[in-house]
Amino acid sequence: MSVVTDVVCPVCGSLCDDLEVFVKNNHVLIVKNACAMGEAKFLGYAEHRVKTPLIRRSNQLVAASLDEAIDRSAAILASAHYPLLYGWSNTSCEAIKKGIELAEEVGGVIDNTTTICHGPSILSIQDVGIASCTLGQLRHRADLVIYWGSNPWSAHPRHIERYTAFSEGRYQDSEWHGYVLKSRATQSQKRLQRAADLVSKTEASEERESAGLPLTQPKKGRKLIVVDVRRTRSAEIADYFLQVEPGKDYELLQALRLLVRYEELEVEAVAGIPVEVLEDLADVLIGCDFGILFFGVGLTMSQGKHRNIDAAISLTRDLNQRTKFLIMPMRGHFNVTGANTVSTWQTGYPYAVDFSQGFPYYNPGETSAIDILNRGEADASLIIASDPVAHFPKQTVQHILKNPLIVIDPLETPTSLMADVVIPSALVGVEVEGTAYRMDHVPLPLKKVVEPPRGLLADEEILEKILQRVRVLKEREA
Amino acid sequence: MREKAALSGARFVLLTGRTIYQGVEKEKGKLSQDYLHSVAICEMDPEDMTVMKIKENSNLRVVTESGSVVVKAVKSMRQPHPGTIFMPYGPWASLVMTSDTDGTGMPSLKGVPATVEAALGEQILDVRALLREYYGRE
Repeated sequence: MSVVTDVVCPVCGSLCDDLEVFVKNNHVLIVKNACAMGEAKFLGYAEHRVKTPLIRRSNQLVAASLDEAIDRSAAILASAHYPLLYGWSNTSCEAIKKGIELAEEVGGVIDNTTTICHGPSILSIQDVGIASCTLGQLRHRADLVIYWGSNPWSAHPRHIERYTAFSEGRYQDSEWHGYVLKSRATQSQKRLQRAADLVSKTEASEERESAGLPLTQPKKGRKLIVVDVRRTRSAEIADYFLQVEPGKDYELLQALRLLVRYEELEVEAVAGIPVEVLEDLADVLIGCDFGILFFGVGLTMSQGKHRNIDAAISLTRDLNQRTKFLIMPMRGHFNVTGANTVSTWQTGYPYAVDFSQGFPYYNPGETSAIDILNRGEADASLIIASDPVAHFPKQTVQHILKNPLIVIDPLETPTSLMADVVIPSALVGVEVEGTAYRMDHVPLPLKKVVEPPRGLLADEEILEKILQRVRVLKEREA
Repeated sequence: MREKAALSGARFVLLTGRTIYQGVEKEKGKLSQDYLHSVAICEMDPEDMTVMKIKENSNLRVVTESGSVVVKAVKSMRQPHPGTIFMPYGPWASLVMTSDTDGTGMPSLKGVPATVEAALGEQILDVRALLREYYGRE
C-alpha cells in the first residue's frame, strides 16, 4: 500500500491540502484528515462513472467511440450561432483556459457556476472594492470571526478548524477546548433538565437555550459569531448567534453601519433582532483587534442580492475607521475562484463572458447563463464539470433541452442523462493533476493519486480535441 | 392553475441550501437512493407541522409560483423557524425555484414564497422518473 501525502481535496473552496490517501492496486482504501465530503469523494469516485462516450440516437444514449463523440460535439458547436459553455468550477485552471479558447473560437458565451453562487458578490466587489487577505493571516491573527449567511459546518466542514476559531494560530489560540467543555456542560444540563421533567412529570421545557453568552458579557479569546435565518449547525457552535428574518439582511447590515458610526436607531428591532442586542454587537465589532466577516450565499441568493454585499463590504469599510476588519466570500466549488481568475486574466471578466461579437463582452443580467436561457437565446450547450439539470430552475433546464446538449463529466449526473453527447473524463484532483485556486486566491496543485480508467482523458485534452476539430470544420466552411 | 390556487393559502418562505448529508451523497452519486433520501426532503418547524396537520416522514407537496414537487416532510433540527421551510439543493428543490434574476444574473434561490399541502397518496419521484416526468427524457 502506498501513501500519497499533502493531497489537496477537490471538493469545496477551502481546498484543504493536508489529506493522506492510502492506495493499493490503483484503489483508494483509506483517506485521512478529510471531512465527510472529501472522504466520500475519494472513496466513492469509482462508482457512478460513465466509462465510454455516449451519443443520443432515437432518444436513447448509446455507446460511441471518442472520435465520434468529439466530431459530433465539434459539429454542434461549429454550427451553433450562440452556444453556451457552462460549468468549469469543478475542473482545473488548465481546462478552463482551454475552454475560453473554445468559446472564442465558436463565438459563444462562457459562464461558470459563479453565476448562481457568488455572482452578486463579484458585481458588488467591482462596484465598491474589497478589503481581503489570505486565510493564513486569519488563522494567526483574527480574534473575531463572523459567518453571515454561511453554514461552514455543512458546506466547508474544516474551515473553522483550519482557518478560524478552532485553528491554533501564532497570535491566537484555538477555541476548540472551550467548545468541547461548553458542549459537555450543555449536554449535562439537558440531561438534568430531562430528569427533572420526568420526576416532576411536567411537560418538557420548550424554551431553547440561547447560543453562548449574552453579547453584553463578551468572552475572552477568539469570538465566533453566526448570523443566519436558521439556527444552523454552525450557529450551534458559535459563541453568539443572531437569527435574522429571511430577506432582511440588508436592513440589518445597514443598521449595524449606523451603530458602528455611533448613530442611534429610533426603532425597537431590526430584522427581528432587538436594537439593544445590535448595540452590543456593534461594541463587539468595534472592540476586536482583527475581525473577519465571511459571507455565504445566504446574502447573494436572497432579496437584495448584490446590494446585500454592498452593505456588507460598506460595513467592513466603516469598521476599518475604528479597528482592523476584513471580508471574504465563502466560495463553494473547489475551483470556482480559479474559474474567475483564469477568465479574468484571459478575457478581462470573471464570468458571463460573451464572444458572439468577436471580442469579450460582459454584462451579467444579459450575458449570464440563467438570463440567456430565460430569453431562449442559446442554441446549443456544452456543460462541463457541472450539473445544471439538477440545480437550475426548471424553465431554464427546459430551454437547455430544446437544443443540442454536450456534457463532459467524469460522473453520471442528471445532466449527463439528458445529454445528446456525453464525453466522460478523468477526475481532476484524483486521477489527473491540475491547478486550483482556494477561496482566498491562493493557487494550489491538485494531485493524481490513482490512474484513470482506460481511455478516459483529462478535461483539458478533450477540449483541445474539440477545439482542433472545430477549427477544421470552420476552415472547410470558409 | 394549481400553483396559483394553492398560493392563496398559508404562505411559507422557502429556503434552499446545503446540508452535510447532501454534500456527502452528491459526491457518492446523484442517482443513488441515499442521495434521494438526503435531498428530496422539506424541513419544517415542528409547530408549523402541527398546525398544518402534516406528519413527520409523510409525503408533502411544496408549491410555488414556478411549480410544485412532492418530497418528504422532515421535522427541522434547526428550529425554531416558524413560517420558514427548507429544502436542500438538488433536482427536487430546483423544480420550484423561480428563474427570474431581476437583471442580476442570479435567480432568487432563497426566500421564495411557497405553500405546502399533505400529499399522502402521492409518490416521491426518483431522479430518473423526475427527469422523465418533467423533461421528457431519460
